[in-house]
Parts: sequence; C-alpha cells; structure tokens
Amino acid sequence: MSRVSSEQALIDAAKSRILVLDGAMGTMIQAHDFQENDYRGERFADWHSDVKGNNDLLTLTQPEAIYNIHCAYFAAGADIIETNTFNATTISMADYNMQSLAKEINIESAKLARKAADKFTAQTPEKPRFVAGVLGPTSRTASISPNVNDPGERNVTFDELVEAYVEATHGLIEGGVDLIMVETIFDTLNAKAALFAVDTVFESLGKTLPIMISGTITDASGRTLSGQTAEAFYYSMRHTSPFSFGLNCALGPDLLRQYVDEVSTVAECLVSAHPNAGLPNEFGEYDLESDEMAEHIREWAQSGLVNIVGGCCGSTPEHIAAIAQAVEGVAPRVIPQHDIKLRLSGLEPFVH
Amino acid sequence: MTQASASFINVGERTNVTGSAMFKRLILEGDFEKALDVARQQVENGAQIIDINMDEAMLDSEAAMTRFLNLIASEPDISRVPIMIDSSKWTVIEAGLKCVQGKAIVNSISLKEGEENFLHQAKLLKRYGAATVVMAFDEVGQADTEDRKFEICQRSYQLLTEKIGFPPEDIIFDPNIFAVATGIEEHNNYAVDFINATRRIRQNLPHAHISGGLSNVSFSFRGNNPVREAMHSVFLFHAIKAGMDMGIVNAGQLEVYDQIPSELKEAVEDVILNRHPDATDRLLELAPKYQGDGKAQVKENLEWRELPVNKRLEHALVRGITDYIDEDTEQARQEAEKPLHVIEGPLMDGMNVVGDLFGEGKMFLPQVVKSARVMKKAVAYLNPFIEATKEVGSSNGKILLATVKGDVHDIGKNIVGVVLQCNNFDIIDLGVMVPCAKILQVAKDENVDMIGLSGLITPSLDEMVYVAKEMQRLGLDLPLLIGGATTSKAHTAVKIEQNYDQPVVYVPNASRAVGVCQKLISKEHRPAYAEQLTKEYEVVREQHARKKPRSRPVTLEQARANGFDFDWSQYSPPVPKQLGVQTISVDLAELREYIDWTPFFLTWSLAGKYPRILQDEVVGKEAQSVFDDATAMLDDLCSSKKLQAKGVMGIFPANSIGDDIEVYTNEQRQEVQEVCHHLRQQTLKAKGFNNCLSDFVAPKSSHKADYIGAFAVTAGIGEDELAQSYIDNGDDYNGIMVKALADRLAEAFAEYLHEKVRKEIWGFAADESLSNEELIREKYQGIRPAPGYAACPEHTEKQAIWDLLEAEKHTGMKLTESYAMWPGAAVSGWYFSHPDARYFAVAQIQRDQLLDYATRKNWSELEAEKWLGPNLNA
Repeated sequence: MSRVSSEQALIDAAKSRILVLDGAMGTMIQAHDFQENDYRGERFADWHSDVKGNNDLLTLTQPEAIYNIHCAYFAAGADIIETNTFNATTISMADYNMQSLAKEINIESAKLARKAADKFTAQTPEKPRFVAGVLGPTSRTASISPNVNDPGERNVTFDELVEAYVEATHGLIEGGVDLIMVETIFDTLNAKAALFAVDTVFESLGKTLPIMISGTITDASGRTLSGQTAEAFYYSMRHTSPFSFGLNCALGPDLLRQYVDEVSTVAECLVSAHPNAGLPNEFGEYDLESDEMAEHIREWAQSGLVNIVGGCCGSTPEHIAAIAQAVEGVAPRVIPQHDIKLRLSGLEPFVH
Repeated sequence: MTQASASFINVGERTNVTGSAMFKRLILEGDFEKALDVARQQVENGAQIIDINMDEAMLDSEAAMTRFLNLIASEPDISRVPIMIDSSKWTVIEAGLKCVQGKAIVNSISLKEGEENFLHQAKLLKRYGAATVVMAFDEVGQADTEDRKFEICQRSYQLLTEKIGFPPEDIIFDPNIFAVATGIEEHNNYAVDFINATRRIRQNLPHAHISGGLSNVSFSFRGNNPVREAMHSVFLFHAIKAGMDMGIVNAGQLEVYDQIPSELKEAVEDVILNRHPDATDRLLELAPKYQGDGKAQVKENLEWRELPVNKRLEHALVRGITDYIDEDTEQARQEAEKPLHVIEGPLMDGMNVVGDLFGEGKMFLPQVVKSARVMKKAVAYLNPFIEATKEVGSSNGKILLATVKGDVHDIGKNIVGVVLQCNNFDIIDLGVMVPCAKILQVAKDENVDMIGLSGLITPSLDEMVYVAKEMQRLGLDLPLLIGGATTSKAHTAVKIEQNYDQPVVYVPNASRAVGVCQKLISKEHRPAYAEQLTKEYEVVREQHARKKPRSRPVTLEQARANGFDFDWSQYSPPVPKQLGVQTISVDLAELREYIDWTPFFLTWSLAGKYPRILQDEVVGKEAQSVFDDATAMLDDLCSSKKLQAKGVMGIFPANSIGDDIEVYTNEQRQEVQEVCHHLRQQTLKAKGFNNCLSDFVAPKSSHKADYIGAFAVTAGIGEDELAQSYIDNGDDYNGIMVKALADRLAEAFAEYLHEKVRKEIWGFAADESLSNEELIREKYQGIRPAPGYAACPEHTEKQAIWDLLEAEKHTGMKLTESYAMWPGAAVSGWYFSHPDARYFAVAQIQRDQLLDYATRKNWSELEAEKWLGPNLNA
C-alpha cells in the first residue's frame, strides 16, 4: 500500500469501527525466558556489558521471536501493532552502552512489524493492518529533578531529547511505519520534545504521517508523573493535531476509566486507551483475566468513550482477542466539536 | 474540570526584573528561593497566568530563565497556572520554551525585523506548542495611533493564519499601552487610541485576543499608589468593554471600579478618555489628597448572620462553625414548642443537608466531622432542657461499635461513629480491645439494632470470625458490620458471612456506612437487601474459589535452595559503633520534620499525594484546611507536651542459621539470647530469589561477625487521654486528629531513628544525606521490616523485640494478646544493614513450611495455623 492510501485506509477504518491495538510486548518476551546469551545472540556475544533486559535489542538478536509476537497480535484481531522500539533512543540505549545501535533498531523493528502487517493485509485485504512506530518516554525526565536537594537540576535537556527522537523517527520512517506513536508519556516535556522532533523530521522529508499520542496517569491523583491533569496534558499536545490522543499503562481499566472519560470529553481527535491488565499483584504480575478486561473495555465502547483500544503491561493476544470481540459492532466515539478558545495549561487546564 | 475564566485574564507581573526592583535584586543575588515566593504570592493573589521576564544587562538571561522555570516546575502551587515567557530576545524565549511542559504564552514576537523573521519564529512557536503575544510593532516602529495599531495587527494576523496556519485563538495582540497625563499633549489620546484599536481588532480579526501591560498607563503618577490603582481600574473598565481580555496586572493592587471615590473617578476618567483639555492638571491637583495607603482590612463575611435562625443553624452545620451555635440554638429553642423539636427540626434538617452533600461528594470527611462537632455542641446545649421535660428523642436506630479484642486501632471506627451520628443513629462505642462476651452482653442490655466490628492487624480477622460464630451460637438476629484496614470483601465472604445466618456486611469506608445501616434498619428494605448480600457474597466466594494461583508453589526445600545468593567470604558486615540497648528520647518538634503526610490525608478519606493534594481541584481546599488544623495542633502538642514520644533500640551480635536468626548476648557469640524466626517466599521465581529476611544476616557457617538491630518506638504516650478529653467535650474532630497525628509522628519517629542508626549508632552510612522525600521513598542502605507486615507477617515475633529491648520497662509500650502494640501510635521492627537487603512480601506459604515453622517455634500445628492464617491458602 502506498503511504497516502495507507493513511486514507486508516482514516476510513476509524470512521467505521473501533480499531484495536496490540497488547504488551514485554509480557510476551518474558514468557520466552531469554537469558543473557539469548539477548546477546551471535553478534553481541562479546559485548562489554550485560544486555539482558534490553528488549529492543531482541529485534536484532531474536527477530523471529519479535516477528511471531507481532503476528500473534494480528492473528488475535489487532488492526495496529506497535514496533519493538520502546527504549530505542540513544538516551535509553545508553543504559546498555548501545547508543550507536538506536537507529538500526528502529529501522529493523519497523521492518519486522511491516513484514507482519503486510502478511496479514495480504490475507485479509478488507481488513488492512497498520504499523505504529513507537517513540517511548526514555529513561529520563526533562521536568523533574534527579536531585532532591536541587529541584532546578535536570539530567536531560529538551535539545538532547529532540536529537535522540529525530534519529529514532528517521529510523522508524525508513523502516516503513504507517504512524508515529508517542506513548507512555509521564513527562509532558519529553513528549513535547518528541513531537518537536517528529515535526522537524516531517519537514525535512517533506511528508507527514498520522501521530498517536498516549499519556500515562500514574496514580489515583489523576495526574501524569510530571503533575498535569489529563485535560492540561491534552492542551500541551493539541498543537500537533494528532490522529489520536489517549492514555495507556500504569492503571487497570477500572481505575483508568474516569480519565479516559475526561480525555474523551476534551479531545478533538480520535481517543485511544490501552490500559494494563490490572495492577501488579505483590509478585509484580498482572492478573486481570482477558474476559474481565474485555468487559471493561466493552463498557467504554458502549459509553462512546473510545475509538482505538488495546492493552498495555500484562496483556496478551488472549486479551486482545477478547477485546476485539468485545468492541466488534460497537460504534466508535463521535469526535466532539468545541468552541474555538485559547486553551493553555500549567499543571491544570486554563481555557479562555 | 476546566477552570472557568472570567472575561478578563490577570497575568501576574511581579516576576519581571524590568518591572519589579525587588524581584530583580533577588535574581541578581541568586536568591531563587525568595524569587519563587514572589511567584507564589502572585498565584495566591489571583494571577491566572504568570509573566516571567529576565531581561537585565547584568544577567545571563537565558540561564536565569532556564533555572527559574525549572524551579517553578517543582512547585505545584505555582506551576499549576500557565506561564508567560517574556523577553525581547528570541534566544531567551526559546530557552524558556524548552523548560515548560504546559502550553505557555510567549511575550512577544512582532514584525519589527521583517516578515521573514516573524514567520520563522511563529513557525517554531507552533512546533513548541505555544500561544503568542504579537506586539503592534513593524519595520517602521511601534504603533501609537489607532489606525497604525489596527493595521499592523491586521497584517500580522493575515501572515500568521494564512501563511503558516497559526491558530487565530493562539494570537494575543498587544496594541501598546502608553503613559497618559505626562504633560505632553500628544500623549493625551494614547489610552483612547488603545481602546478604539482594541474594539476594531476584536470586530475584524476573529478569535484573536487583546492584552497589554497596564502599569504603563499610570507611569506619570509613580509614588501615588491610590491614584495609580484608580487609573488602572478605570482604564481596564473601558478597555475590557472594548474587548481587552487579558492584561499584565498586579492582581493584588487593583482598586475595585465601583469603590473609587466619585471625585477621583471622575478626574481619572477625564484623563483616560481624554475628555477635557486640562484633565491632567485637575488630576494632579487632586492626587495628593489620596496619597498614602488607606486600604480597609478584609472583613470576615458575616452576611449569613442575617438569615433566619433555621438557616443560620444549617449554615453553621454545613460550614462547621461553632462560634454562634449556643445563641442560635437558644433562639431556636425559644421559638420551638419543645426543646426536642429543635433537634428533630432544624438541626436534623441541617444534618440532612450535610449528609446529602457528603453523599454527592460535595463535602469531604473532615468537614462532616466538623459538622458533627457543631451538632454535638447544639445537642449538649439542649440536653438540660430536654431532661427537664423528660422527653425521649427519636433515632434511626442504635448501633454498637467496637474494636475487637487484641486490637487498639480505632481511628476508622471513630470516623464511622461520627458519620453515623450525623445521620441520626445512636452510637454506643465500646472503644478498643473489647472482648467478644462484652460486645454481646452490651448488645443485649442496650437492645441495639446492629453491631459493627473494627480492627487493623491481621489477627483481628480471626477475632471477628469468632464473634460471628458466637452470635450464631447465641441465636442473635442483629446484622453484623465488618470494617478496618485489613478486612476485605473477600475475607468477609469467605470467612465470616458463612458463620452467621443474619446479614453480614463488609463496609469499605465511612461514607458507605450510612447507606448500609439505613437499609439494614428498615423493616421494609432489609429482607431484599439481605438476600442481595447473600447472593453477592456467594459470587465473591465462587470467584475466590476459582482464582488459580498465578505463581506456582515450590517446596520449602526448593525455595531454600533458591535463597539470596551471596558470597559472604568477600564481605565484611559493618561493625556497629554502639552495641547494646539504649532508650531514645526526642522532641515532637524534631519528629514533625520527618512526617510522611500522604497517609494522614488518607485517614480523612482524602486521596492524593502530599503536597500536591493541597492543590487538588476536588479535595485541595479541604486538604489544606485539615492540614492547617493539623499544623496548629502540632504546634500546640510540641509546646504543651501533652503527647510524648518514647523509644528504645539496640544492636546485637547475630548470625543466621537457616531461616532463623540467632541473637547473642555478646561478641563471643556463645550464648544465644533470642532466636528470631522468619518465613520464606514459596512461589516459583522466574528471576530473583525466594527471599527470607534471615538471608540478609551472615550465616553462622560463614564465620563472619554480623549484627541485627531492633527497635520499638511510640509517639502515643498520652494520646488516649488527650483524644478522650476532646471526645468528652463533643469534639470528635480533634479526637480523631490527635490519633491521626500520633500515628504519623510514630512513623516519623521510626524514620528518624532509622536514620540515626544508619548514620551514628550502627554508622554504616555516616555520609548519607537525604531529604525527607527520599527518606519516605526509602532510598537508603538497609531496611527496617516490622513484624506483622509483608516481609515478616507473623505477629508473635514482636515478643522477641520486646524481650531483647525490655521495651515495656523502657517505654511503657505493651503487647496485647493479639500482639497489637499499645499505645496504638507505635512502630517496632528489625534493622538489617546488608546493602542488598530489600523489602518483599512473603505472601502465600505451603504446608511444609507451616510444619517446619511450628517445629522451630515449638508450636502445635493448630497454633501455627492460627498465627499464619493470612499466609495460608484459603
């Protein structure tokens, strides 16, 4: 599919039904129980530091496994899958001394996902499949000090983030993604840098892709880690005219609902939600069953809150299949028309 | 919810080095702390946006902007509002944009340097996601006449919206406010030009906004604030009518238009509107009369005192005001036929309003408790009159509340009691550590309508089961309510409900209690409700039974084989600077610095992290109010010494043997003083260890000299008496407050002492320097697990701490038969120094470990089952 027709196909699909995202990558990788040697593969057998836990690296060392996970999600009914690039920026890769691999991982991850999507699109052309190139939050925060004795200190700057995200975005587009997805945003300033980078890349390439934005409400206070309410967070991001805006991670569907509702009220674009499969239990595992999770999401759909749904931590193809089934035939949320007003934000929204 | 803004937005102007000498001095001296206070005051005074300007020749403006905005980001009471990044230098503006997560306004860009530059900057602003002020300034210069102002704005608007698609609603024009009454004739029409240009812009350039720097207009009257303030408000009055909807204004210094003396207002209007050739001279003449600061004090709003007495009572109840309650109650009594009618009439009506507001989430728990205080005062006032007439009041029903045997925690129970009283239930509160027999005896003697049981520690769950079984055995027909921190719907369904034929209800929090009790008390509703409950609990039981363990169990042997893997031969445990037992005394004033406030708010059913909760849109105001009350009470407790803290700790030679830890009488390590028993995690671990606390102490076989510490602290000496004295005076609010604070202080004491142990007494982290927040997040070496909690869930191990430390002798702290600590505001636990020591949850254990533990503790199997109940498979 050419890019223009891919974007049009996406828009058409979103008009007619609720789209389904994939579920967790990390949870699926965990099931493989990969050890240090598996992570290293042949290519990095002699790497000078430990790399176990660098899930994005598996794109290079265990591509078959990643590809199979993508396929499992498509088979479960996902319309859009996310590339295995959550940490594939120079900033996060520095934790493994693998900055130099960031771009390559983005390209290869995008290609793997592309391959899976093309395979499934060929099988069912009436249901085209899409690839969202993921830009993760990085392991650092531009709004929060790492040093409690000096709240003015920062361990990453806006410019450093932009530089890292520009490179990752180039890689994702080169690998053939259909959309760009900035997700698990807990610090809005990081996300603003990501979107600044994306816009810069679009300008340099002379083309644009639809953008999905998904933030994370970290606890029952109803705010992002950097302190914004969901509405304030939306106003910080709406200048990018996103394809979709929504929330993911941190909470299970029961706790997330009210914030999805809040977003659904304010967002002038499609609304996405991919919650965790419950909260981690005392063993750090997620134990919300697929049918229970799907039940929650069906209710969101029936209440007209969402356009795109999926799962985050702890969710599996089983969850996605149940979710896909639960929202099948339910009409997607109608995008509201709001008055034209000056919409500013600090930690809280301000409309004038 | 969206903050509704009035038609005019105040932008705070004091955080501007070009406009405020004080702010400039603070920034130049690098006193950012005080500079932040200036910003905070702006927001407190009502600024809806704050303007920040660092344009000063002596400053590195970019660095100052970056630093100040980064600091503001850490101050939620400031950063809740949007920022206006104000500079005449583009580089400073960009530096600022890189620090704000919100959507900010840039102040400003203009056509001063031509179209290309203007559009380049605007495009970047779009990419950063900012709105912008556009000055009426072009290649020729600053616009001063009405026509020039409008033309430049129109040209800017077209360029922005048509060339680069800049959203029109994100454009804020500043058509330049210049000083009037300067004595120069050409300046006289400046205000009128601004006002007229504003009108034209609003009519012709849709969605754009108008702003301006207000203080300029009155520049010629520097030093005469009353006149300046009058000029500001007159100018604004007319400009706002023309469409100005934003302004850089010192929100704290603005006269109310209607309150300007008419003589002054007239003279000022002549100047602003250029109505008279000698307007300036006349204002100059008048000005000295208004010199000086003649502002009136802010008065308490007492309008409600004018209402009829019933409404006054309602107001007092809703607002929790006790100041006038005696006189109002007296007046109501005189107006009523019988004194009892005051309670059944206006007072209950008022409490119903409170109940409704609480039910709708419009009032919060601390407010309701304050309302109850007002109610109690009114009732206390009426009682002598009622007794004289020998009337009996009507009540919704009588409820007995008790914290069960072995448990001393009662904050939650007291809150439930107050909330129920507010809803016209009679409450018989038997207090804490109440034996089952007494509960049932009083229930019978007093002919109560239901019984509510509360408890916080896990052994209390078993006691509740016992009470339920006794109620069944004795054939009672009263509903049973279950509440308290460790209780749950699942436990109630699986363990309690089946043992008693009458309704058993788990009540998760105080706000639920009212609805539950009303349904249970109603003859009409009870059968249906009881049936619904039975079904509900059946479902919970089914779900519980179906729940398959997510993690596979392993045998104790396998778990031990996967214990903490550590090469002890390469490690030297830190040697304590001081061995043996010592008592610790510390002032509350010192402890309060260590308080973790977040759980305090939870006690009051206010959810949210401190300090952010104080700004929360929903509960912020109430959180601030209860926090202020807490602070005031802490001040009082610190000076009065009515509440005291006592503690004892000790470090002892110790080594582990298997899952036990041997504590020795001295460094010879020959004589065992005490054996501590610990439990091991017993589920399959994909990664990580099957942890047991004993693993963090060097095994005896390693021949390394290791140590363990123990502590027991309380901040509750005097808490019961003090709380009771409040409650006896009808002040449940402060009764609950004392206990809630004592709890926090005890936790603070534990944190304080742990730090002292790490830095001085054991001394393995002498250089540690952590803020209170880092302490709360446990960012230090070593742990202090408490028996009864996740890592060492078995409560009887507290006895070992008591024996080692002679805790009762040193502090007066006691253990109940369920191993709850008295006073309730207490913490005890172990100290481990190992750098890899971590908190973990033992969670579910298997039969083999139960038997092993029983052998080690010299217990029967039955006894082991009793104490390990919470960790066994249900």
